[in-house]
This record gives sequence, C-alpha cells and structure tokens, in this order.
Amino acid sequence: MHRKSTAPDVHLYNLTLQKTARINQAVHGNFAGTKQQLIVVGRGKILELLKPDSTTGNLTSLCVTEIYGVVRSLQPFRLTGGNKDYLVVGTDSGRITVLEYDTDTNLFKKVHQETFGKSGCRRIVPGQYLAADPKGRAVMIGAFEKQKLVYIFNRDAAAHLTISSPLEAHKSHTIVYDTVGVDVGFDNPIFACLEVDYEEVDEDPTGEARQFLTQSLTFYELDLGLNHVVRKESIPLDEFANKLVSVPGGSDGPGGVLVCSPGRITWRTYGEHEPVAINLPRRDDPLRTDRAPLVTAVTMHKTKRMFFFLVQTEEGDLFKLTMVAEKGEVSGLIIKYFDTVPVANAMCLLRNGLLFVAAEYGNHHLYQIASLGDNEDEPSYLSIDPLDKIHYFRPRDLLNLALVDDQESLHPMIACQLADLHEEETPQLYALCGRGAKSSFRVLRHGLEVSEVAVSELPGNPSAVWSVKRHVDDESDTYLVLSFVDKTLVLGIGETVEEVKDSGFLEEVPTLSASRIGDDSLLQVYPGGIRHIRFDQRVKEWKAPGSTAITNCAVNERQVVITLSSNELVYFELDRAGQLNEYTERIEMTSKVTAMALAPVAEDAFTSQFLALGLEDNTVRVLSLDPSSCLQPLRMQALPGAPSSLCIIEIAGQAGEPGTLQLHIGLANGVVSRSTMDKVTGDLSDSRTRYLGVREVRLFPVRAHGHPAVLALSTRPWIAFTYQGQPRMAPLSYEALEYAHMFCSEQLPEGIVAVAKNTLRILSLQNLGSIFNQSTIPLAYTPRKFFLDEKTAIAVIIEGDQATLTAQEKKARLSGAAKKEEGDDDMMVDDDDDMMVDDDDEASKPNGDAAPSKPPLDVQQFGEPRVEDGRWASQIRVVDAKEGKTLQTVQLAQDEMLTSICKMQFTVSQGFTHVIVGGVRGWDAKKNTFASAFIDTYLFSAPDGSARLTKLDFVHRTEVEAMPCALTPFAGRLIAGVGNIVRIYDMGRKKLLRKCENKHLPSRVVDIEVMGTRVVVADQRESVFFLKYKPTENVLSVFCDDTTPRWCTAMLMVDYSTVCVADKFGNVSVLRCPDDVTDTLQEDPSGAKAFWARGYLNGAPQKLVQVANFYIGEIVQSLHKTTLTPSGTECIAYTTLSGSIGALMPFSHKEDAEFFQTLELHLRQEHPPICGRDHLAFRSAYVPCKSVIDGDLCEEYNMLSASLKSDIADGLERTPQEVAKKLEEFRTRYAF
Amino acid sequence: MAESRYNIHSQQEHLQSKYMGTGHADTTKHEWVTNQHRDTYTSMIGHEGLMDYVSIAENESRERTRFNLLQRMISPCGPPVKKADAE
Repeated sequence: MHRKSTAPDVHLYNLTLQKTARINQAVHGNFAGTKQQLIVVGRGKILELLKPDSTTGNLTSLCVTEIYGVVRSLQPFRLTGGNKDYLVVGTDSGRITVLEYDTDTNLFKKVHQETFGKSGCRRIVPGQYLAADPKGRAVMIGAFEKQKLVYIFNRDAAAHLTISSPLEAHKSHTIVYDTVGVDVGFDNPIFACLEVDYEEVDEDPTGEARQFLTQSLTFYELDLGLNHVVRKESIPLDEFANKLVSVPGGSDGPGGVLVCSPGRITWRTYGEHEPVAINLPRRDDPLRTDRAPLVTAVTMHKTKRMFFFLVQTEEGDLFKLTMVAEKGEVSGLIIKYFDTVPVANAMCLLRNGLLFVAAEYGNHHLYQIASLGDNEDEPSYLSIDPLDKIHYFRPRDLLNLALVDDQESLHPMIACQLADLHEEETPQLYALCGRGAKSSFRVLRHGLEVSEVAVSELPGNPSAVWSVKRHVDDESDTYLVLSFVDKTLVLGIGETVEEVKDSGFLEEVPTLSASRIGDDSLLQVYPGGIRHIRFDQRVKEWKAPGSTAITNCAVNERQVVITLSSNELVYFELDRAGQLNEYTERIEMTSKVTAMALAPVAEDAFTSQFLALGLEDNTVRVLSLDPSSCLQPLRMQALPGAPSSLCIIEIAGQAGEPGTLQLHIGLANGVVSRSTMDKVTGDLSDSRTRYLGVREVRLFPVRAHGHPAVLALSTRPWIAFTYQGQPRMAPLSYEALEYAHMFCSEQLPEGIVAVAKNTLRILSLQNLGSIFNQSTIPLAYTPRKFFLDEKTAIAVIIEGDQATLTAQEKKARLSGAAKKEEGDDDMMVDDDDDMMVDDDDEASKPNGDAAPSKPPLDVQQFGEPRVEDGRWASQIRVVDAKEGKTLQTVQLAQDEMLTSICKMQFTVSQGFTHVIVGGVRGWDAKKNTFASAFIDTYLFSAPDGSARLTKLDFVHRTEVEAMPCALTPFAGRLIAGVGNIVRIYDMGRKKLLRKCENKHLPSRVVDIEVMGTRVVVADQRESVFFLKYKPTENVLSVFCDDTTPRWCTAMLMVDYSTVCVADKFGNVSVLRCPDDVTDTLQEDPSGAKAFWARGYLNGAPQKLVQVANFYIGEIVQSLHKTTLTPSGTECIAYTTLSGSIGALMPFSHKEDAEFFQTLELHLRQEHPPICGRDHLAFRSAYVPCKSVIDGDLCEEYNMLSASLKSDIADGLERTPQEVAKKLEEFRTRYAF
Repeated sequence: MAESRYNIHSQQEHLQSKYMGTGHADTTKHEWVTNQHRDTYTSMIGHEGLMDYVSIAENESRERTRFNLLQRMISPCGPPVKKADAE
C-alpha cells in the first residue's frame, strides 16, 4: 500500500548548552613548549586543555575542541631532545591523529593523520590502546583484538615531526587488556601487551582449555635497523591482570613493567629476571566482603634521583609504591597507604606537586601534595612478606594531600526535571547525580556563581556607588563614594572601611559621578556643578549656570561631558597641565538626553574620539570629540525603545587582529543591544539585541578574567563578557542590584561593588565557564528516579545500591560478628569471592595489627562497604527542593530495589494523594533474575498544621509478576508497566486491583506517557508503541508501533501524535503517527479493527514515521518540552548521563533551516573534525541523521580564521557579521 | 568461469582472515553468536556511556567493569558444541 508521507517537514537545531564535565582520560605534558605542565583531558567527544595554576590552585580551561568522534585514548610524547609534547589521540575514526597545541591561536593543530581502518568502536580496528616509547621514537596503537600498529616518529631537516608508514604487530585470536611502552633507554623500542589467546578455547568443546587458559605478558620489539616489529618474548602469567605500568629504565631505573592484577602488583621484564610481587593492602572494615581490589589508576613521580608510583585501588585508596633496585634488578617493592580520594579514571601528578584526580563519577579534584607519605607511624608493607599474607589497613582523613580545587561535574546525571520553583523566569534543573554514598540531588540555576565578599548595611538607601582610585598606579581603590537622595557618603578603603572626611568630595549634595581624572586628581559631578580636586587638595569648581542643573554626565580618564537641564551639552577636556577646560561651544539637543557614555581612552591616545548619547526620541547618536569637528554628530541609530543607559568598552582582537569598540545600549523596556563601533569613523554596525527582564537596564563597565565586560542590571544582574575569545552573556545568580561599579583591591583585583536597597555589597565572579550555578543535597545511595511537585516544591526520590547493606542489616551483622568472635574466634568475612587470591583461612582473616572489633568506616567519606552481589539497600526520600532539606526517609527492607515512582490521586480515594513505587526483591543484574516484584502504595499527606504534602505512610503492597519499571496516573487510575505488560490498576483496600491489561509488548516497559485515552509506551528494546484505551470495552490495544529497534532511555510526548525518544546508544529521534493512522482509529469506534488486525510477528498494523533522528553521542536520560528563557520559544531540552545539557530547537521558517543547513554543509567541508571522524558519519552513527542540523558545528563558525569566515559567508551570500548575528539570534531565541 | 569462482573463494578467504567474524558457509550458530557477543562487549567498552550504564547498575568501578567485560570476551557463550563429524 502506498502511503503518502503525512509528516510535516520538521527541522531541528541541536545545541549543547552545557558541555559535560566528565573526564575519561587525562594526560599531562609540556604541550605549550614551556616549563608549565598542562593537562589534556578527554571528555568523550571533547578534548580540553587545562592549566593548573600552582599559586591560586585553580584549574583553568585553555581550549576546548569538539572532535565529533569518541576519544578512546590519549598519549603524549616528545621527540628526543625536544621540549614540547605532542598529543596522539586514539579515536573511533579508524585513524591515528597527532595534535599539537598552538599557543598563538590557542587551538589544537593537526600535525599528522594516518588512516588504518574502518570507523567505529570495532573489535579489530585500533584506537583503544595507545602506548608511546618513553624516548618518543615510536607509538603503538592497538585494538581489543588482533591488530596492533607501530608508527615511527622522527624529525626532518626542517625539524618538523615525521610519521612512518605503519608496521604491523598483529596476532589473531588474541584479546588485549592493556598496552604500554617499556622504558629501554636508547635500545630498540619495546612495547608490552597483556594478551589472552582464545583460539584453543574456541575449539575445545570440553571447556578445559578455558579453565587452564592463562594470560601472557608479551613484549614487542621494534627493530629500528630492520624496520619491523618482532614478538620478542611472551611470559605466561599466574593470574589475569588488568593494567600495565611502565617503570623508568635505561639510566633512571630497572625498566620493565608493573603488572596489576586483582590484589597484587608484580614487577616483570623480559629476559632472565625474577618477578617481584607485592599484595595490595585491603581495607579493614568489619562489614566489607573481602575481595582483591583492582588497580584503577596509576601515576608516577620521577626526579633525577628517585621515582615512585601513586597507585589507586577501586575503593579510592591511594598507595605509594617504591622500588628497591640495583643494577637493573629489582629486589623489592614497598607499598604504603597514602590517602583516600575519589576513584579516578586517570590521575596526573605534576612536577609542581599538584595531583589531579579525574574522578570516574562526581567532582574532579586537584590536590596539593603536602608530604610524601614519610610518616613513620604508619606501616609500610614489603614484598619480602610471603605472598599469601594480606595486610589490612584503616583508611583515614587526608594527611599527605590537601584539596585545592574542586571541579564540579554532574556525571552521572541519572534523572532530571525542569521547573521554575525559584520564580526566576527561567526554569531550574533539578537533577539526580552521582553514585553510591557520594550521590547528590542538585539544583542548577542558570547563572554565574557569585561569591559575596562583604555585605554591610547602610544608614539609608543609596542610589549609586563608585569606587575610586587616588592615583593611577595604585593597586587598590582608595574611596568608596555613595550617593543618597540629598547627600554623599565617602568611605575610605583600608584595613577597615570607614567614613572619611578629608577626601575633598562635597558631602551635602547627591553625586552624579565620582571618579579619578588624569593621573592623580578626583572629579565629582553633582547637580550643581563639577568639582575637580587636585592631588594637593586644591579644588576647582565649575558651577552650572543660572537655574540649570546637571542631569547627566559621562566621564572617562581625561574627558567630561555633561548635559544641563536646558538640554545643553557641555564638554570639558583635561589639558596636559592637568587643568579641566571647557570647550568653547555648547550645543543644544533637540530631545532630552537620557543616557550618555564616553569611549575609554585608548592606551596610545590622549583623548577618546567618540561620545554616545541616548535621546528620548528612541535614538542613539554618536558625536565626534575630535578637535577639528568637536561635538559634531557622526552617526545615528534608531532604537526599539527609550535608552536608559549606555556603555562603551574596548574588545581586544583575536590572534593579532585589531580590537574593536563595542557600544552597549540598555533600554527602558528591559532590552539590551550591542553594536560594534568603528574605531575610526564611529560607524555602528552588527547590532544584537536581547531581552533581560522587565526593569530598565543600567549598564556598568567592569572586568572579568582580565577582559573588559559590561554588567547589565535589570530584574536580575547580567554580565556580557568574553570567554575563550567568544562573546557571552549570562545572568548572575544573585538578587537584583541597584547600581554597581568595578572594585579593585589587593585580594580582589576584579571585584564588583554594588548597592541594593540599604546594603553595600562587594562581589566577585570566579568561574565564567560554567553557566549553571549548583546547590547540592547529599543522598545516601545511587538515585534512580524521582518526581517533583511544582506547586509545593517537594521532590520524592528513590535511591538504591547493589551489593550494599541497609543500616539494619549492618547492625545485625556487626552484633552477629561480635558474638561469633566471642564464641569461637571465627573469621568474620565471607570469602566466597572467586577473585580472591587465595582461600587460605590464615590470609583472609585480618591479621594481628587490625583487630576485627574496629567500628565500620565512615560511609560518607569512604563509601559504602561492598558486600556480595545481589544485596540491595534502598530508600525513599522526601526533599524540599527549594530549601534543600530532607524531610523524611523511608527505609526499605534488605534486598529490595526500587525501579519506579509516581504521585497520583485515585478517583476512588476521593481527594487523598498517593505515592506509588514499584520495585523488585533480590534482583541480580547480571543474570536478570529476581525473587519477587511489587508495587507499594504510600499515602502522601500533610503533617499537622501544614498545607504541603510531605509525609509518606505505607498503605499496602501489591505483588506483581515482573519488574515494574513505569508508573503513570491515567484518568484517576494507575497505569503500570510490569515487565512486558501494560496494566491499569485501581485502588483497593488491601492491594491495587487489576482492571485491564495488554500483554503483548516485546521486552520490558520502561516509560509510559498518557494523553487523553492515548497511551504511549516505551519498550526497553523495541522503541515506542501507541496504545488506545477504550473505556466502553475496557480494552488497551496497540494500534501503531515503530519499525526500528530503539533501546529507549527517555521519552517525551511532544503532542498528541508525536513522540521524542532517546536510546541507550546516544540517539534522539522524533517519531510521528501519520495522520491517516489517527483517522482510522477515530472512524472505527469499536476499535475492533485495530485490535484484531494484528500485523506480522506481533507488530501493530500501522507504523510510526521517523521525522527526525540525531546522534547526540551521549546517553540522553531525560527529555523536556520547555521554554528556557523569559521570552523564548518552546524547544526540547535534554540532559545526558554524562551531565551535559542540550536542546533541540524547531525552525519556524524554512529559510532559516535552509540557511543553517548550507552553513553546516560548508563547515563540514571547510572545517572537518580534527580527529578525522567524518561529521555526517558521526551524527549518523547508528541511524542516519535526519532533519537535524548540528548547532555545535555551526557555532564553530565564530572560531574560524577571518579568511575562512569570509569564504563561507560568501558562499551563503552574506557578510561574516550577518552569519555570526544569525547564529547568536537563533540561539538566544530559544536558550541562553 | 572457474577461474573467477576460484578468485571469489580466495577473496573471501582473504576477508575471513583479515576481518574477524566474517561468516562462511559452515559458520555454526555458536561461532556466530560468540562473535556477536565479542563485538558487543567491544562496543560497550569503547563507548563510555554504555560502560557507565553497566558500572552504575552493578555498582562496580569502571575499571572492574572493563576487566569483567574483557574476561567475558574470552568465552562469551561457553564452550563450542561438539562437531558431529568429529566423533
């Protein structure tokens, strides 16, 4: 049957609003070619260069590059004798890429790119493992299986890096666990691999081969003379290992590798050497099930005389590992507990004593090493102990490390909801983040974080504030001048801030402006005149003539312009002798002047050339101040409203380009507009507008991260600033301010002083990179799902963790253990773990120095003790999302795990509200089995004397046959997804009552949304199903489904027949019921046709049409239909597991869609992704990209060189400014 | 004709030796499914998000998850079925 495409032509624009903060890989090196060590981190599809500052202890981001591919491995290397590190990147592009950090343009530059295979994360295509020869002569890039390629690096006559053709070191049927470059000095480069050959296992039906299979440590030697790679030696290992670490060799150490296997580290090398092994000490915690810890991350510190390793286990404990070696022969290993930090994906120990810990989940930390773990009181463990002896230790507070910086990371962000509980006109994000005991409920408010340095009350409500320097060379400001209705208050800034009388400022009048003029004079403009105070306290006054008063003024370091109430403009200039001289002419304006601004004096100039005037007739005019044409009008621009404030700042140019002037215009109607002002002619061009809030806008020049910025005060304070060369505008997470001024002191070089009501505030902005400001409520276990009641601001969260004990069970075990100990001194730990190194009773029992009677470890600090698999601890938590307080927790019994939650009112229970949670008991995630499943009902009531529902009381439990993963209210009843069944329940006295069901869904229902009688169900593996409920017949029938399998993670019903669905592999798709499907159902009142006309293989008779599809690259966990800005248009916002936040924005005009499509096309060609993955192929990784334009790529237009920009703009028949403006306008229409 | 058939055969053999898991007329179900599992585990380790998914569900560190997945790659579907003609 031919079905015409009824889906409208929808186009979406995908934009990432907040990039992920997760870090998978981190490497350090001298990437800038200077002494400074920098850190390169891989954040999934993003490469970022970080600069750790040892003086301030901050990590600042130098450059961020989206690679449109997956960063799988990073490896720095340096050619012998070089001083700059290159970066090799292993990705899913089937190519090896060598990058260099270009300090001039502040970007990564591609040096080499060699293709070796297909794209994608494949089994036999290299990219997963990278290892470099420590002397920088060769790099090995390996796959999970079989393929390994070696590239030789050298330099040519012009000292450029050269790359050889690849040399193969393949071995089929071999799984590689890790690869590392062995330090051999200047001998032939050697790479070590952990390999398992499974060929025999595949051939052997008895299973014996698997039992006796061993892993081997294989050394590959690159023969530089013969230019080929040989398998030098393969050493079978006693146990499976997961990690290899290279040991300094040549003249610096014994060489060889450390093989990290569960619970043990062994030094090995090729040739005739005895391996030296040491056991990792284990935690002494009475609740922990003993198992051999794995090494997760290792970092090395090396000086000329010594080296040591910091080894981290999967519980987060750091150990210092030192080696005893003589003449290339290791005689012993020494291990000592160092400190406990979050479990890391990677660690970087820098030469300046900073330790960067890129946490696998949660915030990343930067530590300063305070001591090297030389504390004599704590035991060191030696490798001379017999290998069956295991030591136990108690982790403690940080002793050797001091935390200096905490980088916020939302990863993993498990669930999220948007709501405007704080009434900020933009919704806040309420997110469940983190894992285990370090989980949190976070509130993200759009806005920069502001730290309040000081707040002090004032005797009245000041109208304005200025901070004034006495002398141009002073480091900090001298006076704070506050203007009230009828007086001025001058405060001196010193050890304390107190009133001063000898400043020379008039105090009986209100002030219009207070500033320093010239090098060392002060200037006060007040309604009656101008007061010029010289450094020697000589005062020269200029009085406003007759009955006129000064209404407005603009001042810079050398010029003053005022307007009088007679609408006359008077201009003063400071001459070289420091005298303020009035210009001979005054000019009268036709309309009332409402705002004025002078351009800042350029460094090489004596005066500024331009004066901007805002007039009541909705115009802004630029006047010349050039002596030859003084006060002559130059340009005029019409405005959409009356201007209330003006501000001109100078923006430095990028990479050698000349800087420009920017005129910011604040309007009385709450709009702010920004125009570029030509430095020579004063031409205004490229104007961009933005709505800030309902109050009139007041603008103030400030500084942010060393660049001029503009603070715009409206209903909320906003700041326009430059971040990594790009203009940005963001609100501050702070209350409304009245007036502000730049503030500078020794501790705070870039502060802001502001007044609000009767308070004086000193503020500072620190992190300009993060557009969300977070507040955190800690949780006990990994959060799973929640609901948020927007009216009462109450969130109810379900949390739970695998292999964890509930508080009650812990108590029981502890008392049980104590009794046992009294009785027969039996061991208190179960050793049923097959990972155990040995089963010797003697060894698995904590030895003498760690008495088992010790109390359990602090869970908050050291995490939950891990017990056997299949033990679950769960709870329900009621949180006041606005106040950030936990109001109630409901503990569940041991082994119960919660999977779903909803709040609803049953029609039959008349006005009572219930919270329904679904869960299973004894779930084994690996085998996907459970003992029983249930749906619990709780009464959600308001405690006495309160109107808010905050209290949970258990009502009853309903046993169900499968895992209930989705619960939704449906017309006064509950619709639940129980395994592959969709079922409607009603409230009963003893349990929920089944009313109707459909058992024909394929795998497991994970989400249900309802609109009218239409029910949309997301299946775990098979995309979405549209169901119709027919109340008369009490039938739920599937009438439409999808043709593509999608492993749904999130679903959103965009409208009655459109659904947006995200899957486990990182795709987002929009599916639509074609119009004729809807019609058939409506015209067929009995619904019998849809019910009986079963398609093929349980499929529905009608199919959904895919309207749009896009590969995000991260797993989307929540989808929301929302407006993100006060006057914005609706879009689909999404959040991902990695913690990034993005939006899919619909195009309302076809022309716009075509424009961006062409721009995207040009960018794909002219600016291909840096690591060699094809952009279109990446965005189509699983399903071909359809009708979605990549805004992230489009916005990279702003980062291109000027010539490329104009080339692309030519292709679009526009100017580069127009393209940039269009990009910004489209973004601000929907989002921030 | 015969020559081209021979040629196709050798080309196929070349593909089979070059790309693991390329099927042939005698591929058994076990071989096929084993290859598929190995490919799946590879993709799970290669794509960070999928590894997070497993590691959060199992409440294990990412390194442990990676190690477990690699271990499972060795023999993901158990020993092969005995070939009938071998007996």
